[in-house]
Amino acid sequence: MTLTEREQLAYISGQAADARVNLEVETEDGMVLNMGPQHPATHGTLRLVAKLDGEQVIKAEPIMGYMHRGYEKLAEVRTYPQVTTLINRIDWLGSFANEVPFILAAEQLMEVEAPPRAQWIRTILFELSRIANISLYLGDMAVQIGATTPVFFAFRDREHVLNQIERVTGGRFHPNFDRIGGLKDDLPKGWIEETKGAIKKLRTFCDEMDDLVAGNEIFQARTRGIGVIPADIAMSYGLSGANLRGSGVDWDLRRDQPCGLVYDKVDWKVWTHPDGDSYSRFWVRLQETREACNIVEQLLDNVPAGPVMAKVPRIIKVPAGEAYVATENPLGEMGYYIVSKGELYPFRVKIRSASFSNMSIAPWVLKGVFVPDIIAILGSLYFILGDIDR
Amino acid sequence: MTEIPEYLLKKAAEARAKREAAAGAGAPSSASGGTATSVAEPEEDLAETDEQAEEALAQLTEALGDMLLASHIEPGRGLWIRVDAARWVDAVTAVRDALDAFFFDWLSAIDWMPSPYGREHDTEQDETEAKDPEPMEWGYTGGETRFQLLCRLHSITRHMGVLIKADLADADPRCATLVNVFPGANWHEREAMEMFGIAFDGHPDVRNIYLPGEFEGHPLRKDYPLLARRMKPWPGIVDVELMPGEDT
Repeated sequence: MTLTEREQLAYISGQAADARVNLEVETEDGMVLNMGPQHPATHGTLRLVAKLDGEQVIKAEPIMGYMHRGYEKLAEVRTYPQVTTLINRIDWLGSFANEVPFILAAEQLMEVEAPPRAQWIRTILFELSRIANISLYLGDMAVQIGATTPVFFAFRDREHVLNQIERVTGGRFHPNFDRIGGLKDDLPKGWIEETKGAIKKLRTFCDEMDDLVAGNEIFQARTRGIGVIPADIAMSYGLSGANLRGSGVDWDLRRDQPCGLVYDKVDWKVWTHPDGDSYSRFWVRLQETREACNIVEQLLDNVPAGPVMAKVPRIIKVPAGEAYVATENPLGEMGYYIVSKGELYPFRVKIRSASFSNMSIAPWVLKGVFVPDIIAILGSLYFILGDIDR
Repeated sequence: MTEIPEYLLKKAAEARAKREAAAGAGAPSSASGGTATSVAEPEEDLAETDEQAEEALAQLTEALGDMLLASHIEPGRGLWIRVDAARWVDAVTAVRDALDAFFFDWLSAIDWMPSPYGREHDTEQDETEAKDPEPMEWGYTGGETRFQLLCRLHSITRHMGVLIKADLADADPRCATLVNVFPGANWHEREAMEMFGIAFDGHPDVRNIYLPGEFEGHPLRKDYPLLARRMKPWPGIVDVELMPGEDT
């Protein structure tokens, strides 16, 4: 018997629906607590199945795949410029940052370098994405602990940054603005001054969060000493970004492996915290948002003149080779491993997303904690489902 | 790349000096015991990175012995090595210890067989009948088989990463698990397992991570058809019209 493609497709999607409903979790003893797939603390659709002994978690297992879109397969049938449309949707809160490592990897293979002005604007937009992403986290972490006010502040002030991103790129969440060899367009008139205004507001926001959340006794009681991850465990699980720096590892790709972005032209600091608990991860992210404001302000003063696009062919063929470029995205290390065979399409794209590795430590860190701490720990690890499922 | 104007460099230097002076005086604003390290001076240039890779490779050659099958250095872009798949765990452990590469970056696989379905940039739909695939061509460090494991480790002390490849048998790609060396390999191996059909011996949790449990096939293998391309025409065909006065 042969099936038509349409029947095959219907069968596969039917299978997918069935498997979700019938998935069974072993229950020898103890109670099983199911969280999600629709849960406010999951930033998308993550399901967490925890086996409990009283209030204590014996075993916790995240179940993903509800949002798996198969970008690695889809990227194999798209041309390089078309891939950026897909990868915008990986970490949807800081989309511009997703495009950059892919473009840099392609540029590395093509041996093209973006003009200085483009590099400068890229770095500014990269950091603005970071602010847009992490400022939401700062409020969101508080709402997961049970404080509702900070999240409204976060949504209010994130708007200033999103407006600035929208004025340059035309898109609030999915800019699709980065091109191989430069940028789609130049900055609009008066943008630099307006952005400076927005950054001032964001600084005030950071101070507010410092007082309101980090300085809050209840918040500290709920997060300090909760979900401690030692540095060596963090590294063996591939944790990156603020989660790694929150465990005291002084490592930041922006400083340690600069690649096509102009972080070495500004004066900034890498923040670490030795505790490795939920509070330290929050604290490092708060400092990072401030530091991002510093970086943006310094870069805005010094944007060099010149074109924003290098000379590249109209039809982009990337020479055969392999390249891995990773950048320090809002969520952590995001990298693309591109294998090219000199064609219009990449032969293989491996997407190394930060949340996938950051989340893989969840079974380890959730073992033995109490039920209310699950949310505090998951919240502080900070994941975006699109970044896990790709 | 054009030079950065003199006055900007001066300004940055002044700002840095000022900040360093300030940092010496005051503690971080939040009273929680965190620390900050100043950002080091600009990146090393191309030649230096190359030397670094050569040095690392020399160390690896010594540490791995006959487990090392091939290597490749792209100046300024990284180090690739290919190791014996039969001794995969030993090889990765040796790399970890030799380079102090305790950061587990990622693990994945690659299918080197060119897709047997059309996938030309000038056809709207993929061919439904599979053709005989073109001969395989391997990337850096070469290869012998269709499936290769890819694993990247990173050394935080050396500021460099190394990409490790291993050839797996065509018929029954399998390999020992890295979970006992890097616990983080667990999820990465589950992904490689479902996407490429690679078996990891000794893996503690053999389940699909993204796909439903009874899903048939391994989507990232090149002979797994992308059905969307057969069901409807693809609107994204590259079609560039010439600008006035352009020849090519």
